Amino acid sequence: MIRRIWGMLYRHLAMYRRSWPRLAEIAYWPTLNMLIWGFTSSYIAQAHGAPRAVAAGALIGGVLLWEIMLRGQLGVTIGFLEEIWSRNLGHLFVSPLRPGELLGALVLVSAMRTALGLLPATIIAYLLYRYDIFAPGPVMLLFFINLLVMGWWVALGIVSLLFRYGAGAEALAWTIAFGITPLACVYYPLSALPVWLQPFAQALPAAHIFEGLRTALLTHATDWRQFALATGLNALWAALAIGVFALEFRRARVRGALLAIGE
Amino acid sequence: MDAIRVENLVKRYPHTLAVDHISFTLAPGQILGLLGGNGAGKTTTIAMLLGLLVPSAGRITVLGHDMARDRFAALARMNFSSPYIALPARLSVYENLAVYGHLYNVPNLKRRIAELAEQFHLTTLLKRPAGELSAGQKTRVALAKSLINQPELLLLDEPTASLDPDTGDYVRGVLEDYRRARGAAILLASHNMGEVERLCDNVLMLKTGRIVDRGPPAELIARYGREDMEQVFLHIARSAEL
Repeated sequence: MIRRIWGMLYRHLAMYRRSWPRLAEIAYWPTLNMLIWGFTSSYIAQAHGAPRAVAAGALIGGVLLWEIMLRGQLGVTIGFLEEIWSRNLGHLFVSPLRPGELLGALVLVSAMRTALGLLPATIIAYLLYRYDIFAPGPVMLLFFINLLVMGWWVALGIVSLLFRYGAGAEALAWTIAFGITPLACVYYPLSALPVWLQPFAQALPAAHIFEGLRTALLTHATDWRQFALATGLNALWAALAIGVFALEFRRARVRGALLAIGE
Repeated sequence: MDAIRVENLVKRYPHTLAVDHISFTLAPGQILGLLGGNGAGKTTTIAMLLGLLVPSAGRITVLGHDMARDRFAALARMNFSSPYIALPARLSVYENLAVYGHLYNVPNLKRRIAELAEQFHLTTLLKRPAGELSAGQKTRVALAKSLINQPELLLLDEPTASLDPDTGDYVRGVLEDYRRARGAAILLASHNMGEVERLCDNVLMLKTGRIVDRGPPAELIARYGREDMEQVFLHIARSAEL
């Protein structure tokens, strides 16, 4: 099992080694987002004084943390799309590689892409805006992991849609996670949403993670309740996504969709 | 134990019966040709043998493993090549072979890749990205990939398509040698009737999802009173009653 996962990891590492545009793309958007929102935050802090500085910090922290979810999701879905684009899925699915091992490898690729993609943005946040994402302490790591896991189950849902609708659903890989953003409460508290919309936001781990982040920034305390809610919801959604993936993979094998997934 | 045992295999789509109750076996060390025109059911049958497609009915046993329950055990001992499925274009020939070497858990991988590179005249191409190769070179890489794990069963879809006559002849020789040396079974789907006559011990003639005839090429040629398999194929393909 480990060797098969390594085989797929090797495949992606070899691809990135030979393609600088793909490598540049990994860091491009997080860096650009950090520059835009960082300058916006600096302007807010300078124009409105100290109380607004905390809000500005939350904004930069939100940008950085939300990028973890976005990059985590894109890492898995782009990794899967690479196999569709190279018309290689037919070879992979007739090898002894299990679908779970393919996903395991894509998750590892995604973790590497996310770390690499966010490194420049984290350095920029520190050097230009004096914002240290690690300031709240090791608890941030738990929030990072939760956001990464959320990115992975969203990706699993998108891969399931690719099995169902083929490469025609490719655009969803780029848009679904952005569509979730209004409900994730990245840049504003949950209470800012209309009351009828709040239960939908509360069903997502992200809303609890960002509530927790704002608490950490404002009070320097860890809101373990929000953390527990985020972790529980992640486990629930991940289990659901795995179930949907298994179902759609099986249906694709019944319909013969694996033969024509690139169409 | 048969390399392949297919019993009453059926694949039904909402508006089509792609494979209609076919049964056949392939013994170890034998080469079986799967022939038929477009839409005859060859690709569907191969896809079911590879576990890519779930049959509507019937049973497939590959190398003693029931494909419905234990397909990964069978997949580790078999391999597949088709010019219609590509390998990642950015990766070099060596990297592509290494990826599949890892997936098939091949021991002494570097040595195995060197052997295959020599066998398929790929040594000077090992560092070239697969996307920069000619169609014939890609076919040779795909064939090398299909032998990476020294499979006991090889499924080949048009193995010499895109190859010039000289290279095609060489590849047929490699396949014959491999079958002899390894005692491997080969299922061959091909439209090259000369290739079928040379390589196949037995042939299945498929038409609209059914096996309409079967037997060794020489026997089929004699039975239909024709000169070669090309003529047998045309006769069967154009006969309304079959």
